Amino acid sequence: MDQRFGLDRRITLPGDFALACGAVLPELTIAYETYGKLNANGTNAILICHALTLDQYVASAHPRTGKPGWWTRLIGPGKPVDPEHWFVICANVLGGCMGSTGPTSIDPRDGQPFAMRFPVITISDMVAAQARLLDHLGVDTLAAVIGGSMGGMQALTWAVHHPARVKKVVAIATAARHSAQNIAFHEVGRQAIMADPKWQGGQYAPDAPPADGLAVARMAAHITYLSEEGLTEKFGRRLQNRDAVSFGFDADFQVESYLRHQGLSFVERFDANSYLYITRAMDYFDLAEPHGGNLARAFAGVQSRFCLVSFTSDWLYPTAESRRIVKALNAAGAAVSFVELESPFGHDAFLLDAPEMNRVITGFLTA
Amino acid sequence: MTPVPLRADLAAVADAVPQGAHVLDIGCGDGQLLAWLRDTKGVEGRGLELDAANVASAVARGLAVMQGDADTDLADYPDAAFDVVILSNTLQAMQRPAAVLDQLVRIGRRAIVSFPNFGHWRVRISLALGGRMPVTRSLPVSWHETPNIHFCTIADFEALAAERGLTIERRAALHSGKPAPLWPNLLADTGVFVLSR
Repeated sequence: MDQRFGLDRRITLPGDFALACGAVLPELTIAYETYGKLNANGTNAILICHALTLDQYVASAHPRTGKPGWWTRLIGPGKPVDPEHWFVICANVLGGCMGSTGPTSIDPRDGQPFAMRFPVITISDMVAAQARLLDHLGVDTLAAVIGGSMGGMQALTWAVHHPARVKKVVAIATAARHSAQNIAFHEVGRQAIMADPKWQGGQYAPDAPPADGLAVARMAAHITYLSEEGLTEKFGRRLQNRDAVSFGFDADFQVESYLRHQGLSFVERFDANSYLYITRAMDYFDLAEPHGGNLARAFAGVQSRFCLVSFTSDWLYPTAESRRIVKALNAAGAAVSFVELESPFGHDAFLLDAPEMNRVITGFLTA
Repeated sequence: MTPVPLRADLAAVADAVPQGAHVLDIGCGDGQLLAWLRDTKGVEGRGLELDAANVASAVARGLAVMQGDADTDLADYPDAAFDVVILSNTLQAMQRPAAVLDQLVRIGRRAIVSFPNFGHWRVRISLALGGRMPVTRSLPVSWHETPNIHFCTIADFEALAAERGLTIERRAALHSGKPAPLWPNLLADTGVFVLSR
């Protein structure tokens, strides 16, 4: 059996890995999973790119939480991305905390964790790391790269940086740049982490992380993944296990209790420094920036077909951002499909039950 | 796989599309025409469609279709980006039909436009004798619910084309899907025009 393929894989690729910021990592470790079999011609590979706080466990149980894969609605038997037909790859991003090189990794040059000595990474660096993984796996060309949110940013970057290696791009609920508002929310999260005394300039012990700060960061971010409509429907002003407000600062309201729970469960599976680095990578993301702000010029050399999907209630990466991408791709002469789907679930809609999205992706992949 | 035969007015439009052309279909619905053109004429097609469910169906057919509004989004396309731009049975639903026509011949070297003829005798009788807005086979929705806000007759369309300086390269008049060459403005329920600048 080829040890490169299967669940819970990890590979350390020796040699310098140069980053956009100018720094160099002495080696690159990538944690990943593959599902299905690469066919003889190597034409059935699909790369799944994950969002900010997700990981490589896209279609298998998470080792820490025991929960099923985060995108089993899209990937699995009888789903649009069926491992029966496709060879599916999903890797933990560079800077992540589920096994790929990141701030929790040991710097081989001195045997100490990188922590805040880890260089600031970019979405481009994440894509470059994935390209190194594909080389290792013997995958020359991707039939498709699929991603939502930050995964969509990687998917778009793939098409721009490796035009000949990507046949199709599915970019869902995403943007070609981080807006001022996007950056602002991330900054709140980072400041919450860094304000936690346990953060200690990033030099915390693994068993004493800045959990309070990270939980607050998650709470603030989580609000941006939902919609006002969705929150109202789910919680309204309903109280948590009580008949009247307490005239105190307990979680009187269900929505408070829910957010606190989201924050607490997040710190069980995520590293605070990783959160700083990955949010920074997203904030730096602007595909048009190297082209004088002209997004169409950024897409000038693309060879892929594109499918963009947005959701009506997503205010984190609203439809206008997808339209901006579509317009630029059109001007660049690329083949692009785009649909805005109705959903009350905000940005998270792409991770939830979305039969229309599945129908669109199935058609796009099989065409 | 044998392609499903096209609706008569779409067949008339498809007839005017050359083999292998690069085509934009505006108001492409669920992509029936584009899929037919791809499968039988080797056309590389793109579509623009307002309705999300239609877009999903078209993309599910493997077509490159974007959700958008012809009244506002056509300005984003570069000049002469397509050999042929199709506007089938959609002109009458546009906010600014004349501006859309200008866009068609800017984006495409040729435009094919089909529309229901409001000069058809059934329409005239409905208005003249019944005193009511017509509800016919080709115009099945009553006036207050129809998306069609800018009806015209074949004669009106020809006048507009002349006013915008457009060349009419071909014209076809249809009644119940069959050619209606005689007195088209009275006897045809559909007009199909091939235009260029």
